[in-house]
Amino acid sequence: MTLIVFYGLAATAVTAAILVVLMSRVVYSALALIVCFGATAGLFFQLGAQFIAAVQVIVYAGAIMVLFLFVIMLLDPASEVFLPSRLKRVPVFALACAVLFTLVLLEAADRWAAAQVFTDSIAGTERSSGPGGEIETLAHSLFRDYLLPFEVTSILILVAVLGAVVLTRQHHETE
Amino acid sequence: MDINYTAILPEIMLSLVGICIMLLIPFVPRERQTHLGYLALAGIVLAFFGVAMGWGQTDLAFSEMIFQDDFGQFSKIFFLFVSTVILLISMNYLEQEKLFQGEFFVLLLFATVGMLFMATSADLIMTFLGLEVLSISTYILAGFKERERKSSEAAWKYFLLGAFSTAFLLYGIAFVYGATGSTKYLQIAEAIQASPDYSLILFVGLGLMMVGFGFKVALAPFHAWTPDVYEGAPIPITALLAVASKGAALLALVRILYQVFPDLSQQWQAILWPMAVMTMAIGNIAALTQSNIKRMLAYSSIAHAGYLLVGLTAHNPLATQGILFYLVAYAFMTLGALIVVQIVGRREEQHTTIEDYNGIGYRYPFLGIALSVFLISLAGIPATAGFMGKLFVFSAAVQSQMYGLVVIALVTSAIGLYYYLRVIVSMYMGEFKTEKIPITISMPLRIILTLLVLGTLYLGILPGSLLNLAEEAASF
Repeated sequence: MTLIVFYGLAATAVTAAILVVLMSRVVYSALALIVCFGATAGLFFQLGAQFIAAVQVIVYAGAIMVLFLFVIMLLDPASEVFLPSRLKRVPVFALACAVLFTLVLLEAADRWAAAQVFTDSIAGTERSSGPGGEIETLAHSLFRDYLLPFEVTSILILVAVLGAVVLTRQHHETE
Repeated sequence: MDINYTAILPEIMLSLVGICIMLLIPFVPRERQTHLGYLALAGIVLAFFGVAMGWGQTDLAFSEMIFQDDFGQFSKIFFLFVSTVILLISMNYLEQEKLFQGEFFVLLLFATVGMLFMATSADLIMTFLGLEVLSISTYILAGFKERERKSSEAAWKYFLLGAFSTAFLLYGIAFVYGATGSTKYLQIAEAIQASPDYSLILFVGLGLMMVGFGFKVALAPFHAWTPDVYEGAPIPITALLAVASKGAALLALVRILYQVFPDLSQQWQAILWPMAVMTMAIGNIAALTQSNIKRMLAYSSIAHAGYLLVGLTAHNPLATQGILFYLVAYAFMTLGALIVVQIVGRREEQHTTIEDYNGIGYRYPFLGIALSVFLISLAGIPATAGFMGKLFVFSAAVQSQMYGLVVIALVTSAIGLYYYLRVIVSMYMGEFKTEKIPITISMPLRIILTLLVLGTLYLGILPGSLLNLAEEAASF
């Protein structure tokens, strides 16, 4: 059962990733990317990393995709024209991608051979995370060991927001 | 886990007051927003009380994130003092330039929070966060005169190069973590002591971190941004960068080199030695040809970073003491000189060339005497704070038998005499041109200048009291 879900999710992720590149309209590419992120989140969930899965959905599939869509909207992709000169370089990129993909496949094959060790290590991490799961571990380090850096980060973000407001508002007034 | 609020009480006070000012800004009419500076001043006074409440206590608080020790308390008092002076002169400056924006004070307070964290941090993550809070505030403050091209240029240059150098620092921290398995100062030091066969990763990490700090302290060869940014930034921010930002990075570096990597001292001394020579030489020689006084002071601040580096290279208890003393002396004279530059610059900083100082000494005796004292002190002539500072830092280097370095330092500071005295000569020998806008000195600035002059002379004649404080602070 787990294996079927895994292959289903993996196939969805890879197909969606290929679609991101192949789609002729940027908006479709962006939508395909969301599907890819969703499938990856499912894979994280299977690995027992519920928190990362949730963050993947909220941050990547949510916030960052909204940002992408905004940029696409502002840039108006319909006006973008495909130049034939760009297409000439396709074989070069295809070759580069093929080399990279082969390397990844070789690495994957290597892992396959050591599959037994791999699953063992995953099981090990799951046991160590305790009853509350990894969120508890995360909360412990975030609000106990790293409490002060966590709070100072919020000041850092506050300063950045304030700075953005100061600089843009001045710019607006001078115009 | 021990939550010890007294260890970070000043930072809490400053942050809270900063947030209060931020919330008040929409309710204060624009022309009155400079009055928010008084609230910021109250925040700094509260922070002083915060330091007083934790005085003399030692602790390693927030699961080894923050040191509470004499070195930290000394640094906190130093940074709060510098921020007070900068706050007072910037209130005057904002009024004069009609920059009615309360956000200036908020950013100044948060920048101070960053400095305090850098000086007391006991973990590389905290050091990095402190540096970032300080840097991002100063990037924005440097470009605060949005209407003026030079100010925007300064902000951009500082931001791009600063972001780049921070990346170096962070990469270095990652390497050190990889080599030792911790980001906590004391644990890294233990790990290094436990395995004396140092890995290459550790050295790469140390080197990258020194690039990051070298940029902030403006050490050659990472100093190229300094003259442009110091020239373009509003004068109070030039003072903030030259004194506070430089001091914070230097004190963080002192802690890291002396507390985290004391076992690698031979290796980092080999890097610092040529850096110190280059910094002193470039700073002093480039300052000779400057016609703009802000640029000249920028190069002079590079040279002074070089003198401080001589002390840092020495690596003995006297060196820490000397660096702390020198930093205070440097703050007095640089702040003072920049205040005079602000007064003489007048509206929109139109009068910042050295020619503008012709004949000012007789026309405005108070300004003439004040600037002369500061410049003489910067040049390191006896009976001033600058001389005593150099004496302590260089004698620390002599104690570590670095005679070559001390000789070079003395030669370069002799070169430095020329450009400091040139300004004094033009003030007293130059011909006074009738000015369109007369120079006015407001009462608060007059009081601050008087205090800084007296401080510079006091430290030059009776350095004992500060030296004792620095000695206590120097024992980590």
